[in-house]
Amino acid sequence: MSLGSDPTALLRIGCGSGFSGDRLDAPGPVADALIAAGGPAALMLEVLGERTLALAQRERLQRPDAGYEPALLDLLRPILGRCAAAGVPIITNGGAANPRGAARAVLGLARELGLPALRVAVVEGDDIRGTDALSDLDPWEGDAGAVLVPEQVIAANVYLGAAPIAEALRQGADLVITGRCSDPALALGPMLAHFGWSATDWDRLAAGTMAGHLLECGSQLTGGYFADPGVKDIPGMATLGFPIAEIGADGAVLVTKPDGTGGRVDRRTVTEQLLYELHDPAAYLTPDVVLDVTGVHITEEAPDRVRLSGARGRPRPDTLKATVSLPGGWLGEGEISYAGPNARARAELAGRTLRERLRHLGLEGQSRLDLIGVVSVFDGDGGALREAEAAAPADVRLRLAFASEGRAAAERAAREVLSLYCCGPAGGGGVRTRVTDRIRTLSFLVPRDRLAPRVSMLSLEDAA
Amino acid sequence: MSTIALHRLAHARAGDKGNRLNLALVAHRAEDWPLLAAQVTEARVLALFAHRGATAVRRHDLPGLQAFNFVVEDVLQGGVNGALNLDGHGKTLSFLLLGLEVDQDAPPG
Repeated sequence: MSLGSDPTALLRIGCGSGFSGDRLDAPGPVADALIAAGGPAALMLEVLGERTLALAQRERLQRPDAGYEPALLDLLRPILGRCAAAGVPIITNGGAANPRGAARAVLGLARELGLPALRVAVVEGDDIRGTDALSDLDPWEGDAGAVLVPEQVIAANVYLGAAPIAEALRQGADLVITGRCSDPALALGPMLAHFGWSATDWDRLAAGTMAGHLLECGSQLTGGYFADPGVKDIPGMATLGFPIAEIGADGAVLVTKPDGTGGRVDRRTVTEQLLYELHDPAAYLTPDVVLDVTGVHITEEAPDRVRLSGARGRPRPDTLKATVSLPGGWLGEGEISYAGPNARARAELAGRTLRERLRHLGLEGQSRLDLIGVVSVFDGDGGALREAEAAAPADVRLRLAFASEGRAAAERAAREVLSLYCCGPAGGGGVRTRVTDRIRTLSFLVPRDRLAPRVSMLSLEDAA
Repeated sequence: MSTIALHRLAHARAGDKGNRLNLALVAHRAEDWPLLAAQVTEARVLALFAHRGATAVRRHDLPGLQAFNFVVEDVLQGGVNGALNLDGHGKTLSFLLLGLEVDQDAPPG
């Protein structure tokens, strides 16, 4: 049944990917469950991180047909044909810096798969790099004081809302490819297309946005990023079922997962994800609505079926958030292991030696040492926790991180860890080094009237 | 006085936005929420993250969800794109919070 043909019918929205590194085989069972259920349904694939987008923009500048999510075709290949045949549209932000290029590539795949009638919609207008929309912007409150130098900008993308996605679906798209949009919009778009909710029906938009927020990280709703053995156990972590939300015309929300998959959906998994990346729970700002979850009630209706009620909405903000990516210098890293008697002391000596070498070489940058196995990720850059920790385990790994403006200093710092093989303490082994080109991101607020989101429909003659 | 790790009474999840961290803390049992409200204060959480340069903590109370949301400012030392820390997202930090000691016998409130 197609979206909108019976707006009173329950709408199912599945999520087959929660981030750009997610399991490539996750969408299959979700697509199967949506198709088997038979009613109106849509499948979202969230694959776009901030860094991903900046790297994609760099790629597109070098090759005009590149700059979209590299795994997009791998994700779509197993499900595209059966979703299109069943009338289950797919919505993805895998267009990254080049939604049109992504659409052409997918249409090439459609030709290969024998799907000549596939309709692919592209949402554009989020990319404001090099446009007037970037001038005189106020920073987002978390980046207060940030100043934007347009010449340095690698990528600048505004979080668009659900309206262009809904428009593409109303035009009959089998697949909607966007660049940057709010993650919940990937779910709210099909709800708008199906139920025809008004753009000022704040409580329904809030309920739909809450459902989208729960879905957007995929398995984080169904037992991923959750298990804590003996405290919070999750069955079948190797086959986690990705989430499905069942939405009613009145904004009722129930979350579940496909039968026969691993994972769990219960009050605890849902509560953790409801609050994930929220700041003020009374004011979660999205392009479509301001969501208030403080009155939300969670009910376990049946195993792996959880109902949420009580989301409230307020009018959407006047500005949209833009992520601006800038060159962030270079990071050099190196690690080396010490084990057995006196391991910690040897690793500490290696660390002191590295510090001395960095000074001796006059490398300009900021450094940090970790003793993996003693104290690492909890510590600050100053090493206060490590110094206060007396434990001396028999297997530790020293890590140096060195950030510099230029590439050469970062490479040299990483090389100094490699040199410890011969010049360091006894029994040092397993060196790995890495040098990374970094991207810094800042958020700014863009007035809505500076943006003009566009929807275009592409078909097989546009194939790459 | 009998102190136990918060890990016994609650579970938690960390999320990041730039240099800002949020920690959702959820009581395993609804009846423990008042004890957590009394003892897991903004000041204690700020002290817990002081070594990382945290500048402020705001606690949002969600009794209906038997939960709290802590928003910790400037704790990620540059965040995912700028930190020297292996875990630039701060994803592991929910378990730094869960290591906090609470007094099980103290009267709530």
